[in-house]
Amino acid sequence: MNPLNVIIVDDEAPARERLRDLLGDIASTQPTRVVGMAANGLEALRLFEETKPDLMFVDIRMPGMDGIELAQHLSRLAPPPQVIFATAYDQYAVTAFDLHAIDYLLKPVRAQRLEAALARARASKPVARDVLDGFAEPRRHFASSERGRITLVPISEVLYLKAELKYVTARTAEREHLLDESLVHLEQEFPDRFIRIHRNCLVARAAIAGFERDEVAEQWNVRLGSVVERLPVSRRQWPAVRAAVLNVELPD
Amino acid sequence: MTVRTMLVVNAFALMTVLLRGEHAAEFTQDIVEIAAQVEFPLLFALAVCYLFAPAIQRMEFKRATFVVAVISLFCLFLCLPILERFDLRPNPLRWSGWALAAVGITMIYFHWRASAATPAIAEARVLALNARIRPHFFFNSINGVLGVIRSDPKRAEHALEALADLFRALMQENRKLVPLGDEIDVCERYLELERLRLGERLSVVWELRHCPMDTYVPPLMLQPLIENAVYHGIEPSSEPGRIEIRIVRRGRELNIHITNPVCADGRQNPGNRMAQANIRERLALFFDIEASMENGQRDGRYVVHIRLPIKRENTR
Repeated sequence: MNPLNVIIVDDEAPARERLRDLLGDIASTQPTRVVGMAANGLEALRLFEETKPDLMFVDIRMPGMDGIELAQHLSRLAPPPQVIFATAYDQYAVTAFDLHAIDYLLKPVRAQRLEAALARARASKPVARDVLDGFAEPRRHFASSERGRITLVPISEVLYLKAELKYVTARTAEREHLLDESLVHLEQEFPDRFIRIHRNCLVARAAIAGFERDEVAEQWNVRLGSVVERLPVSRRQWPAVRAAVLNVELPD
Repeated sequence: MTVRTMLVVNAFALMTVLLRGEHAAEFTQDIVEIAAQVEFPLLFALAVCYLFAPAIQRMEFKRATFVVAVISLFCLFLCLPILERFDLRPNPLRWSGWALAAVGITMIYFHWRASAATPAIAEARVLALNARIRPHFFFNSINGVLGVIRSDPKRAEHALEALADLFRALMQENRKLVPLGDEIDVCERYLELERLRLGERLSVVWELRHCPMDTYVPPLMLQPLIENAVYHGIEPSSEPGRIEIRIVRRGRELNIHITNPVCADGRQNPGNRMAQANIRERLALFFDIEASMENGQRDGRYVVHIRLPIKRENTR
């Protein structure tokens, strides 16, 4: 059997050690090679880019980005790795995993159980992306890969999303980030946070500071609080945008 | 008890004024007058009752009421000459009637309170409140011990000892107050286990310079609050954070401040207000309104402040 390349992701150092020890113990029946260990989601994504492992052990409860959100990002990468979740005690997550037949380990992990999980992982495909999206809480970060380096963009800081050629750019107050996502999917995934104002643009509802009339182009522009740019609202979207935004601010 | 008596009698006095005073203008005047007449004999009577408290507490309700009434009237008439010197000449007959009514109301109030919180119910509640530990913490601690058992067996040993001590404290019946020093030990054991898991992310500063270790406090009063501080302030953040615990004596009062960072970015751990409600309730059971607990945010940190009376002996 070929050894599987694995990454262990857990914010607690002794928990990482423990899993590595156990993988060593069962190497004769389930050979693995630990190619890296990470203490949080961002580290894990970067390690993944560097080492392209076959399998990742992911703790559910971690600071910043939890294990389920990490798995959502991993499932968008190519080729997505196998993910085995680990948790000490998370009733809701465990119920969801059972429901979707996703494998998980309960900490403290037993060697026997770990062997079974590895055998299953070899035989099956990674968990599909829409399954994860189905039960996970909304993502809180976009993963942006630029010049081979992954950065995480907190979704709460994104002012607007704009489709340009192949990519979508996410604008924060500081800068722009390239995302490998589609505007249509983003609109469906975050209907409460972003509103479509143009064929190529979604704006964060919270970022809208007001509207300005551009008499020359005969259209309305969105004014944003923290940046000077103006975003045109298409004539087609204007009634919906006005209804969604103004009715909240001007109750009669 | 003393404070509650004062509150009840004064509330009665206020009621009297409100019922009697027909003109708003006389209201303040009336309040001052009745306060002058009431407070002095009231304090005097309370002092005398306090002297006889052990005997009165053993009596049944009717008899105790009678004794307290006699004491109150006695004190009242002793105070008469003093009040006359201040030019207050209350009608002794009306005044006695009012005092007896005040005694009646106060006694009935305490009788009702006692029956509403009989020891059996109170203890049942204390016990139920103690049956709590976060399963997440338990399994992660065991996993932490397993993680270091090969590389650092000594550390694993200490951690298991700490876990045993912590569980012993959690499984006590906890009906009695414990010395503050013991409670702090329990917290140290707990923090030892958390340090094993969280490493450098957790730092704790104890400030105990003016802290009487021999004063008695409710068992497991500090530990759940420190556990909360770790759970909400340290765990959700990947940055290192500091928990500060300051315990100082101020007169006859013990003041405890526990603060932790407020995590702005991390997903907040799902909280339950169980621990705080639990401690507030037990403080009330042990100390009535002489103890209090407040919480809030100050300078970007979450603060819990407990105030309770210093107790040098272990009584309820």
